[in-house]
Amino acid sequence: MDVVLSVAGVSKVYASGQRALEPVNLDIRRGEIFALLGPNGAGKTTLISIICGIVTPSTGTVTVLGHDAQRDFRSARRAIGLVPQELSVDMFETVLATVKFSRRLFGRAPDNAYVEQVLRDLSLWDKRDAKIRELSGGMKRRVLIAKALSHEPDILFLDEPTVGVDVALRRDMWKLVHRLRAKGTTIILTTHYIEEAEEMADRVGVIDKGRIILVEDKAALMKKLGKRRMAITLQTPMAAVPSALEGWSVALDDEGKTLVYTFDSENEHIPILLAKLGELGIGYSDLETHKSSLEDIFVDLVERKDAA
Amino acid sequence: MSTSTHAPAINLHGIWAIYRFEMARALRTLWQSLVTPVITTSLYFVVFGGAIGSKISTVGGVGYGSFIVPGLIMLSLLTQSISNASIGIYFPKFTGTVFELLSAPVSAMEMVVGYVGAAATKSIVLGLIILATAALFVPLQIVHPFAMLAFLVLTSVAFSLFGFIIGVWAKGFEQLSFVPALLITPLTFLGGAFYSIDMLPQPWRTVSLFNPVVYLVSGFRWAFFDKGDVSVGVSLGVTAVFLLACLGVISWIFKTGWRMKN
Ligand SMILES: Nc1ncnc2c1ncn2[C@@H]1O[C@H](COP(=O)(O)OP(=O)(O)OP(=O)(O)O)[C@@H](O)[C@H]1O
Ligand SMILES: [Mg+2]
Repeated sequence: MDVVLSVAGVSKVYASGQRALEPVNLDIRRGEIFALLGPNGAGKTTLISIICGIVTPSTGTVTVLGHDAQRDFRSARRAIGLVPQELSVDMFETVLATVKFSRRLFGRAPDNAYVEQVLRDLSLWDKRDAKIRELSGGMKRRVLIAKALSHEPDILFLDEPTVGVDVALRRDMWKLVHRLRAKGTTIILTTHYIEEAEEMADRVGVIDKGRIILVEDKAALMKKLGKRRMAITLQTPMAAVPSALEGWSVALDDEGKTLVYTFDSENEHIPILLAKLGELGIGYSDLETHKSSLEDIFVDLVERKDAA
Repeated sequence: MSTSTHAPAINLHGIWAIYRFEMARALRTLWQSLVTPVITTSLYFVVFGGAIGSKISTVGGVGYGSFIVPGLIMLSLLTQSISNASIGIYFPKFTGTVFELLSAPVSAMEMVVGYVGAAATKSIVLGLIILATAALFVPLQIVHPFAMLAFLVLTSVAFSLFGFIIGVWAKGFEQLSFVPALLITPLTFLGGAFYSIDMLPQPWRTVSLFNPVVYLVSGFRWAFFDKGDVSVGVSLGVTAVFLLACLGVISWIFKTGWRMKN
């Protein structure tokens, strides 16, 4: 497995005494899209800021493409582009000037053709001579993305890239992410929109209270933890689950009008259950199956952890 | 783990990007950057050179109007170097754009070279413009032109470094103007910018020798008129020590991340 970024034992206690990160270990693979999910204050931004050199870790090391991020910070940082959560941009600069600035700041010789391509990809080319303060919030976010891409990074961090962004721009952004991945860029994103992780990520990490509680291939995760449920609308309401269905994970809902069957993806016996209902002479008028989303899994995980 | 090639040992592009950005900022605010100090200087000439100069004809054989030129330039040099460099680094901290600087493959010293280099450049240009403005009002002689330039450059760099430190230290805009207004301007006025400290009675003459600005003004004045309050070697020494002290503080700032990083 080709690891491009390795985080080993990284923890952070802020000067205020706030413990933001417990020692974290994480390996990111080349070319993957990794989604870091977690509630507010979980430590996502802290972790990203440490990797990018903005926050000093209390303990641990970060290795980027084989370069220690502290000792060999030049080689490490050159490989990284960061789109921060906050909309921090130079208000008085023009779009083109600020993107060119970023490229040089990261040690790259000017390349007008490349910069033009980045701006075109983000639909910013027409706005290239506009002052940034004249742009809308969504446009400013695009400028931040253009700046982060200006030096052709191998690894791109997107910290909540779609907060405050409309549906069209969000879709554009997803397309861009896929295009970048196709070119071999590794992408690490944090998001509150779980459908975003579900839609885009190859792997998902869940972080809560400064601890990474899970890292898994998205597909495997969905399969392993994804509970499915089937709602069977009954023709005649029942007062209680028939004793013949003991041992089955079924329950009544909706004042006895619906029989709910929950099962694991790996462990489903729908035909057997339906046959059984037939034997018992229980008539039904509708069937509806529902696959739990990453969101359900996520809420489940965090709650289970809180209960423990 | 896969590896990539090593980055070059110096990020010249990065230094240039910062320098250019800072110079562009000055051009956008050309009015504040250059015109204001020129007008202020002209006013000083009218007040000090004209009104007071008519009472004091010469100081040590030099016409009063000419005598105050080095001090005037110093006054602008010190305040402008500090305000330019401090705003340069404070503003990104204020707006949050500092994240990009901190995440860039730019070393602390490269950042300093970019910011301080730009601030010092502006101060040097400003000093020369004030000099040219002064030449319109009073006859000027420069006995040691190279020494004059050397002091101009050295002072601009030293106080831009000092300004950089203040920019890192400041937590609000008030603090940015605090040091120039409450420390540098008084020290310059009391530092013999408009008089020779020989003109002071004791103990004030001795007290003045604890004011570092005395040495800057004196050295600069020596370059113009071949005479100063203290010997030129001492002036040079004090300026160099101040510059090195600022460099020391800056490397400490970057080593500890003080007020730059969490
Ligand atoms: N500069 C700071 N000083 C002190 N505490 C901080 C600082 N930055 C963050 N924290 C604290 O560290 C914890 C983690 O914050 P962080 O910003 O990393 O969370 P996050 O997962 O990015 O949250 P969100 O989803 O809201 O962006 C929080 O409790 C936060 O209050
Ligand atoms: Mg965050």
